[in-house]
Parts: sequence; structure tokens; C-alpha cells
Amino acid sequence: MSTPTIVPPPTAPVGTPEQPRYKKDDFVSGQDVRWCPGCGDYAILSVMQKTLADHTKTARENHVFVSGIGCSSRFPYYMNTYGFHTVHGRAPSIATGLKCARPDLTVWVITGDGDGLSIGGNHLIHTLRRNVDLNIILINNQIYGLTKGQYSPTSEKGKVSKSSPFGSIDYPINPLCTAIAAESTFIARTVDMDPRHMGGILARAMQHKGVSFVEVYQNCVIFNKDAFQPVVGREHRDDRAIYLEHGKPLIFGKNKDRGIKLNGLKLEVVDLTAHPEEQANLLVHNELDPNPGYAYLLTQMTYPDMPVPFGVFRAIQKPTYDDMLTDQVDFAVAKKGKGDLKQLLFEETWEVGENG
Amino acid sequence: MPAQVHERDTVTIRIAGDSGDGMQLTGDQLTDTSALMGNDIATLPDFPAEIRAPQGTLPGVSSFQIQFSKHEIFTAGDAPDVLVVMNPAALKVNLKDLQKGGLLIVNSDSFNEDNLKKAGWSANPLEDPAALRDFSVLKIPFASLTKNALAESKIKVSEMDRSKNYFALGLLFWMYGRTIDHTIKWTLDKFSKKPDIAEANIMALKAGYNYGDTTETAPARYVVPKAEIRPGKYRKITGNEATALGIVAAAQLSGKDVLYGTYPITPASDILHNLARHKNFKIKTLQAEDEIAACGAALGASFGGQIGITATSGPGVCLKSEMINLALMAELPLVILNVQRGGPSTGLPTKTEQSDLLQCMYGRNGDSPVAIVAPSTPSNCFEYMIEAIRIATKFMCPVFFLSDGYIANSSEPWHLPEIEKLPKFSIKHPTAADGAFFPFLRDEKTLARPWAVPGTPGLEHRIGGIEKADKTGNVSYDPDNHHKMTELRRDKIRRIADDIPPVEVFGEPSGKLLVLSWGGTYGTIRAAAVEMRAQGKKVSHCHVNFLNPFPKNLGEILGRFEHVLIPELNMGNLIVLIRSQFEGVRATGYNKVSGQPFKIREIITQVEALL
Repeated sequence: MSTPTIVPPPTAPVGTPEQPRYKKDDFVSGQDVRWCPGCGDYAILSVMQKTLADHTKTARENHVFVSGIGCSSRFPYYMNTYGFHTVHGRAPSIATGLKCARPDLTVWVITGDGDGLSIGGNHLIHTLRRNVDLNIILINNQIYGLTKGQYSPTSEKGKVSKSSPFGSIDYPINPLCTAIAAESTFIARTVDMDPRHMGGILARAMQHKGVSFVEVYQNCVIFNKDAFQPVVGREHRDDRAIYLEHGKPLIFGKNKDRGIKLNGLKLEVVDLTAHPEEQANLLVHNELDPNPGYAYLLTQMTYPDMPVPFGVFRAIQKPTYDDMLTDQVDFAVAKKGKGDLKQLLFEETWEVGENG
Repeated sequence: MPAQVHERDTVTIRIAGDSGDGMQLTGDQLTDTSALMGNDIATLPDFPAEIRAPQGTLPGVSSFQIQFSKHEIFTAGDAPDVLVVMNPAALKVNLKDLQKGGLLIVNSDSFNEDNLKKAGWSANPLEDPAALRDFSVLKIPFASLTKNALAESKIKVSEMDRSKNYFALGLLFWMYGRTIDHTIKWTLDKFSKKPDIAEANIMALKAGYNYGDTTETAPARYVVPKAEIRPGKYRKITGNEATALGIVAAAQLSGKDVLYGTYPITPASDILHNLARHKNFKIKTLQAEDEIAACGAALGASFGGQIGITATSGPGVCLKSEMINLALMAELPLVILNVQRGGPSTGLPTKTEQSDLLQCMYGRNGDSPVAIVAPSTPSNCFEYMIEAIRIATKFMCPVFFLSDGYIANSSEPWHLPEIEKLPKFSIKHPTAADGAFFPFLRDEKTLARPWAVPGTPGLEHRIGGIEKADKTGNVSYDPDNHHKMTELRRDKIRRIADDIPPVEVFGEPSGKLLVLSWGGTYGTIRAAAVEMRAQGKKVSHCHVNFLNPFPKNLGEILGRFEHVLIPELNMGNLIVLIRSQFEGVRATGYNKVSGQPFKIREIITQVEALL
């Protein structure tokens, strides 16, 4: 892989205070929220409401939340925007149709690990590769919650659950690896317990023109409590998580004393205290790298072998499906003129007179 | 001595060959020219599911039947008067249908040992006086005559064989007094990027025509005078073409954009091919990753305030059923085109059947009533497509448009409507709420809820597949509310009956026997009724285009007849609906599932048995 070239990110940095038009409460629907007490979804909902109030000039009526089925898919009911709670796994398809019909809208897809990667895996892959301008938030708690505790496609192998009393024999799917395999143009990861980071990522996802795919680590307090604690728990976070910043070297650790370098085709942790000379060899994060190989390597950084990356893995630009579809219609109108029904119907006709 | 010229009222020709022999193209050309010459026409294409089945084999046989007439006709004819076969397999498959005394034209070049073996002939039928004794046989070496005719052309010898269908077409044009001008023009256009091939085909066409003119091989020439049909402008149309035009027209009449979400499937794909060319009518076509996503995209567009349409055939309806139920529950318009084919499962992809009526009616979880509209001729796919879209948007519900492989691919002359007289229909979206907005507050007459679209300030609301509270649309698990909403959804569909025309009876309004039919069997059954009534037999015919709800007067009509015969290309679909909705009707089914339409003779036999 060539050394990444560093250019500034294409969008405004996170947190630019735009003229606030809304309060967070304007995005609260008033329906009773029915998630379990302590569920990570509360934090995600709250950050979403705040982010939309703070970070956008988009009018409230132009936001649409589309979801599938599962705990997290109840999300649209609680947002005071337009919302559509659809069928299991199919939200990306409905959102695609909506965005194609109405490119003026800001369309969000709220999905989960079961909804998005199991029953809806096909739609997710195709929506990502088409680069439809949607914001897809995949809330990953590595468990089926609404059906009361079966292992999910992101559960670790060996997971003991109601449907796998002897441990699951499924190898898990890696959400961000799936996204980069489909060449998603925006890929990011955040976590429910870090509202500041999450807010920044949601704002970036919204600003990205093209499909945005965000994985949010979420804590299911009932069926999979503390699944991500070894990585995101306060006591270990500095050593087991790495925060990606565009143009900056990949460094982590409480004392910023460890970094990531490329060794052949593999990433490797280097100890900067013992080997200060390695500082120059560290990978510099480049979210604009058009080659998906770099983002792919980041998706392979998993606990316990490597620190787990958070932040924007990739943010590149390419024409969106919805724009290209609109362009084809505009082009057809420009070339052939606005459709004339009479002309169309009366192609290749013959006339029958009074005498047959 | 020039061949004798006879006048005929009507002629039925079937041409058959390998699926790579260009039989559909040849049939289309014969059709176009006959239509342009003023005959009434009806066609029946029949082709294998395999694009190129092994050459010379029985499964690879493709055929095209056309009837052209000086009278109004309803079908492509029961049995051909003339059968043209390009190889022994085509002879084997089609000979049984040729009328006794009919003319058989054979491409004698292809009757070699290898081809005969592939087609399962133990001996060459052309050399067996017994095999073809019921017919007049014309053995013509199409392949070698074509090769000779193309000696001066620029194409390779190996490619010359592919023009032999043009030679046969030229001969048929000569025999039936048709001109070759239209086909020449069409060929130049079609092969404009391959001028050598265009030239070779035209040379073969002319050679075939001249062959008829200069040799005395053909027994006679026939003339079919112009039909005495309603004056006006006509064009030739297939059901799938008319369906696509209906979509374009509905968009124009309602002032709405269309999103057509689909996944390729036979026999519905041609609608997509047609529509994809009409983007300047603000038609967006989306080829999705699967049937489910295709339906989802259509529903998403509908949520966004545009006309969402999805199209498929039976297997695709299985996949879309959950999404259709979501449309029903969210009370959004959605139009589902089902171009029926032989089922179940993959079934007979390229053959016709009407066996999805009950699937569309009942094939979803829960109490899930939807509207069902079925066209009955290739050309009326246009008006029923408009009607399906009008109902879906007016009543905020899913509507099935139930076409079938037969009318989808068959063609007929279409008396073009006056554009100015097509009914405009307006679609209203609420723009602002006085006080609170109630997304499930219903129109008193139609019971439809308001179609508030994203982007409208103040009307933000949430919909979905979970049961809704009446009026507010909030999630509700209340037992009484669920019962009430289920009734409301049922009643809403029932009220469509107030919005559609009554059904008409052909023949006496009451009596001994009524033949009741739906969908693509109309032509055959009406032709049978016409023929029998001309002989003084008392039989009436009623054809329904609205299957759910039925027209309001249907029950009353059925009650006026002692006996109702219901012919269907399935094992009994409509008859189940009739028996469940109208008590006391003495209904008998006549059922056929061979992948082929009814023959007029078959219907007459059934009717006579009951008279």
C-alpha cells in the first residue's frame, strides 16, 4: 500500500456550531420510550436528538428515520420527525426508494446487528455498494434482544445464549469489514457510553454526501451486559481503544506511548518508549484513501490482539446513486424534451377510415 | 401460369423452429404488416424458458401463431391453417395442432439424420407417405435457397443460415398478398449498426417473395381483405407494452412522478425494458437486488408521496408478501403488477396460467384485504393499469394488477384513446394541520387516511407495521382497537366497489347458463359465446375485471342464472371466491393447466355439455 497522502477532510470539522434553530426537545416525539432501563439505546436517542438540533441546518420536517425490526428499530417512534418502522431487515430498501423519489430529504436508517447483518444482510451490502445518500446507523449489541436473548451474527464464537446453550458455533461477521467489502464511502465506529464522540460521528455521517455507515457499540443490559466493557470500560479504554484522527499518526495508550505501523501486509503495535525511532514509521490516518485496503486493515484490529479503532475509518467521495438516477431523468428530459403522452401513444399508428 | 388467388375471411399461421431461428421476429413482422394492411390481428407467441436450448431438440422449439382476419377476432385461433416448420423438432411439437387439410411448409434442408434423431423421429416423416397424409405438404429447402440468394452478400457463409427465417417470411408475404415494405424499413432500422446483416436479411426476404412469385411451388395465393373495424387510429400493442404505457399515462394524469422498483423476472421484465426508455416522463426505474427490495423501494417512494410500483410474477409475489402487508398496515398506496405464469414454485416461467388469484387475495399473514384488478386483453392493460394506480392512491392501499403471460406477450390492434378524454385524477396531500395532526383520521367516504408526505412542516408523524390506534396512529396493543382497525381496513377495500363500474352481461340478462370469466381468458370465451349465440344457443357471458372487491351488481347477475360455468387456467380460484361470497350460486369449474390458453372449441364443448 502506498503511503497515504494527507489532505484536509472534505467536510467541516466536528462541532462547528451552526446557527441553532432547534432545541433538543423539538426532536422528542412524546411517545413513551419502552426500552429497558439502562439500555444503551437511550444514550443514542438522546445524542441523535441533540445532534440534529445542534449540528444541522436541515429542517426537522426533512429528516426521515426508517428502521427495520428489533429493539433499536423502535427508534423512529421516539423522534419527532417523519418516521417509518418497517419490516425485518428491509429498511435499507425502503430508505433507498424514499431517497430516490425524494432526494431533498435527509434519510436515516436505524438498524441492529440482527436486523442489518442477518436477515437484512443482502440489502445492506447492496445499499452500501450503490452509494445511496443515506445515513445508516447500525446499533450493535451482539445479541438478539427483542426475541429475548439468542446469539446474533456478531456474537463471538462460543457465545452461550438461550439458543446456544453449548456455545454458538457461528463465526461472527465483522460489520465494518462488511461495509468496506461493499466499498462504502463513509465508515465509522462509536460507542453508546461516549456521547461527545458519538455526536461528532453522527454529525459527520449526516454531512457526508453518499452512504454513511456507522457502527455503534451498544450495551444490552439484560441479555449481553458489558459485552464491550473490556474495550470501552474506563479502566482499560486508553490501552484497548484507539481514536482515529485524520492526518495524525495512529497512537494510543494512557501515555500515548504505543503506535501502529505497517509490517508487510499486517498492522503491528510498536512500543514508542522502548523504540522512539519507530515514531517516524507510524501509520498516519488517512480517511480519504481511495484504496479500500487501508480501511480494511483498520477493521481487522480486534480485541484482544490489537486496540480497537473508533472514529471515521473512511470518508471518500463518489457520485451517489440517487444523484445519478436524477441526472438520468434530467438528461432524458433535456435530450428528448418533457414527455408527451400523445406522441408516445401515437407511435407507429395506422388509420382506419369509415369504410374500414 | 400465375398462382390462383383466393379470398379468405381469416387465416391462422404458425411458424415454428429453434429458439435461435428468429421465429418471434418473423412472427412480429407478419403481425405488423398484417395490422398495417388493415386486418384485425391476434397473436400467440410461445417460447421456451431456456434462451438457447440445445439446437434441434424438442425443448428448444419456439413458435409464434398469428390470426389475421377481415372480422373482429378475439384470439390467435385454435388450430393453424398453415404451419411452417424450420426443423424436425418443430414438426414433432406442432404437427398435432395443424388443421386436417392444412398446409405444412417444411424447411427440408434440416431433415437430416442428426436432426431427426434429436427430435425423436425414427424415420424421416417427409419420406413416409402415411405420416403427413392429412396435409398438403410443401417441402422447400429454405437453408440452401437462402445461401444461394446471399451469394453476393458481404456476410460469411457460416452466417447465411441465420437469414432463412427472412426467406420464409418473404414467401409467406407473397402467399398472403402482403407487402414487404414495412419489414424492409424495420430491418434497416433494427440492424442500422450492422448494415451487412440488414442487407443479407433483406436479400433473403426478397428472394423468398420472388421464389413464390416465379416458381409454381405454392398451391395458391390468398387474400384476406381489410377488417370492418371501428374507424380511428390504431397501433399494434402487447399487454406488457400497454401496461408500461398505462403507467406513463397515470403519472401524467395525476401529475405524479413514478418509481418503478423491480427485479428481472419472466414474463414481467419487458415492462421494465419499456419503462426504462421513458425517463423523460419522470419515470424512475430501479432494478433492485431482489424482489423484496424492489417492493421496498416502491413503498419508500410511496411514503415520499410519489407513485410506487413494483412488478413481478408469482414467485416474486411470494417474496414481496411481507412488504405488501406493510403497505396495507401503514395504509400507503402500492401497486403490485403480477404477470402470472405457470406455477407453483418456478413452475413454467414462459407459459401462461391464472393460478395466482388466491395468492394475491389471501397470501399474507393476518386479515389482509387488498384490491385486485385484472386486465383482459393486451390493449386494456392500459386502462386497467391507470385504474389500479387511481384506486391505490385514492384509497391508500395496495392494489394488485393481475396480468398473465398470455396477454403480456400477445398482441392486437389497439384503437387508441383520445388523450384529452382520459380521466384525470387529482391526488391531495395535506399541507398543514390546524392543531394536532391525526395521520389515521379517515375520509368519511373512502375511509382513506391522509397522505401526508415528509418535508411538510408540522405534519411529522410515524407509521409502521405495528397496530395503530385509530385516528392518532400511535402504537396500540389495545384489543378493541385492533378489532376496529381490522374492520376499517376491510371496509375500506369494500368501499372501492362504490368507485368502479358495474359489470355487464353479454347475451340474455338471465337464463340457463352464464359463463363467468376473469383475466386473459376473455378473448377465447367471448369468441366461443359469439359463435354459439350465432347458432341460436342461449348462453350469456360475464367477464370481471375487478376481483376484489367485485362489482356491486355481480351477485345479483349470478342469481339470475340457473347455472354458472367458470373456466379458469388454474384448478379453481375464482370459483372459490364466488362460492364464498355468493351463497346459492350453482357454479361449475372448467379447469386447464397446460401452460396454454383455452381453445374456443374447448369452451364450446363445455358449454354444450351444460346446455
